[in-house]
Amino acid sequence: MNTEKPITPETSVREAILDTPFKDNLDRRNFNAKIFNLVILLATCLAMLILGLLLWRIGEQGLPWLNWNFITSFPSRMAARAGIFSALIGSACIIILTGIIAVVLGVSAAIYLEEMSAKNRINQLIELNIANLAGIPSLVYGMLGLAVFVRFLNFGRSIMAAACTLAIMILPVIIISSREALRTVPPSIRLAALALGATKWQTTWHHVLPAAMPGMLTGIILAISRALGEAAPLILVGGVTYIAFLPNSVYDSFTTLPIQIFNWAGRPQEEFQAIAAAGIIVLLGLVLFTNGIAILIRARLEDKNRW
Amino acid sequence: MPNDTAKVATAGSSLQDQALLKIRWSEIAVVRFLQVCAWISVLTTVSIVGILIVESSAFFAVISLGSFITGTDWSPLIEPRSFGVVPLIMGTVVVSVGACIIAVPIGLASAIYLAEYASLRVRRFLKPTIELLAGIPSVVFGYFAVTSVTPFLQWFLPSTEVFNAASAAIVLGFMVLPMVASLCDDAIRAAPRSVREGGFALAATKAEVSVDILLPASMSAIMASFILAFARAIGETMAVALAAGSTPNMTLNPLVSMQTMTGYIVQVAMGDIPHGTIEYQSIFAVAATLFGITLSLNLLSQMIVRRFARHWE
Repeated sequence: MNTEKPITPETSVREAILDTPFKDNLDRRNFNAKIFNLVILLATCLAMLILGLLLWRIGEQGLPWLNWNFITSFPSRMAARAGIFSALIGSACIIILTGIIAVVLGVSAAIYLEEMSAKNRINQLIELNIANLAGIPSLVYGMLGLAVFVRFLNFGRSIMAAACTLAIMILPVIIISSREALRTVPPSIRLAALALGATKWQTTWHHVLPAAMPGMLTGIILAISRALGEAAPLILVGGVTYIAFLPNSVYDSFTTLPIQIFNWAGRPQEEFQAIAAAGIIVLLGLVLFTNGIAILIRARLEDKNRW
Repeated sequence: MPNDTAKVATAGSSLQDQALLKIRWSEIAVVRFLQVCAWISVLTTVSIVGILIVESSAFFAVISLGSFITGTDWSPLIEPRSFGVVPLIMGTVVVSVGACIIAVPIGLASAIYLAEYASLRVRRFLKPTIELLAGIPSVVFGYFAVTSVTPFLQWFLPSTEVFNAASAAIVLGFMVLPMVASLCDDAIRAAPRSVREGGFALAATKAEVSVDILLPASMSAIMASFILAFARAIGETMAVALAAGSTPNMTLNPLVSMQTMTGYIVQVAMGDIPHGTIEYQSIFAVAATLFGITLSLNLLSQMIVRRFARHWE
């Protein structure tokens, strides 16, 4: 180009580019960058939008049916009189038992693998095994529960069998997240305790565990809230949908909130779909509340970054 | 007397020994207990594999393995019975591929946004919100599919059936999306700052750095996350059981009812089928197929990560 200006210190690089063919190319690239920016922003918003839509639809359909009677009534053949009392109590019993079993077993296994064991082949095998267990569909755990807890150990189709099944299902998640939490505790804390003559277990119990507790708690709460919303394995273990009494022992038959919702949502009548939505509001309230606690604990942790 | 002092010294040390011994025994007991807990996971795997093999071998004693794997007619509850698993696998694949068509692009795009574009404040809000999506129970998504997504599909595609694979696939896509987003986000953020700065120094735009440098660099982890999402979608149960219906169908048309492997197992489990019948054993054969597929996918994704993962210095 004959009109090309000489590049002096006064003309910026940008101005110098303006008259060259490079400019068209740059414009195109900047335009593409803007489009890309817009597309990924929209994609992120779409996920939010679906979440919002889901909550709005469920609120719209379920809220009119949600009242104290709904929570304190037993299921019924008439939608207007049906409630979730037995399902709510069933869910509560099962979740408490599941939590106790899974936390004791899971945290113990994590401590063994992270603190006590030598890094040998056998322990590597256990680790690989746990990683793969985490990817098995929940339904397959239901088959395990059906064969082992319901039949082999003869718990029957009971709260106990359901809790054991769910505990085994969330065990890998709890072990993995607990190990991660243990790993964030710096070795200097262990060394200090050991140097003062504490045994391995004393070191772990009095110093490492308290330090790792918030991180562990996050993983444990998330796992338990997953168990709370899970229905598939419990249907295999034998959750029934019509229970008009409260359990007397852990060997009584059970129903849970997700199973009850599944049953109602699968019926063609509109009233039942509406009370399914009301049940979902209660379930979502519980699940999101527990998830929220876990997310809060983790956010605190990330901000603190203590070590 | 030298003899006495020696005695006292030994007495003292034996007292100490006893105390130490007590600690040692409890220590050993605790460690043994912890070890047993760790072995429970191995026991779990062994029992799952054992149960699936034992129960499905009873099934394969009656139905030949060949006719199960290649058979294209699945009608286990109505005479004349036929146990060809292909329609169930077909249903599963249609629903899961559909879910990935939604989850993969949207998940990857949100991951790029979260990792590269979002400010710290926006990120602090977005990440937990996307995780909330992951925490919503499967049955809730099923309800959403039946009462909202299906009517929406019927509104602009009137040929859509009440139960259809498409609405199951759509909600499933949004169920596995958080997993894709979160894994890809981790992978992209793992790339060191110098890689981005190298791109900017060559006058690349931010989009070019993201697409042409960071994506190829973290491709192995991204592919692994896609495979994991696919495996999750295959194993997902309640949403599919509610939305996709219970008609085994040999078709690729997502607007009609299809039954998936998980859907069949739930259908049988909801009914009261006695132990020892062929229908009862058939759910173990289907579960064994499901287990085999998801396990191989999980192993594949682990292999990809191990073999192709880039270790940033």
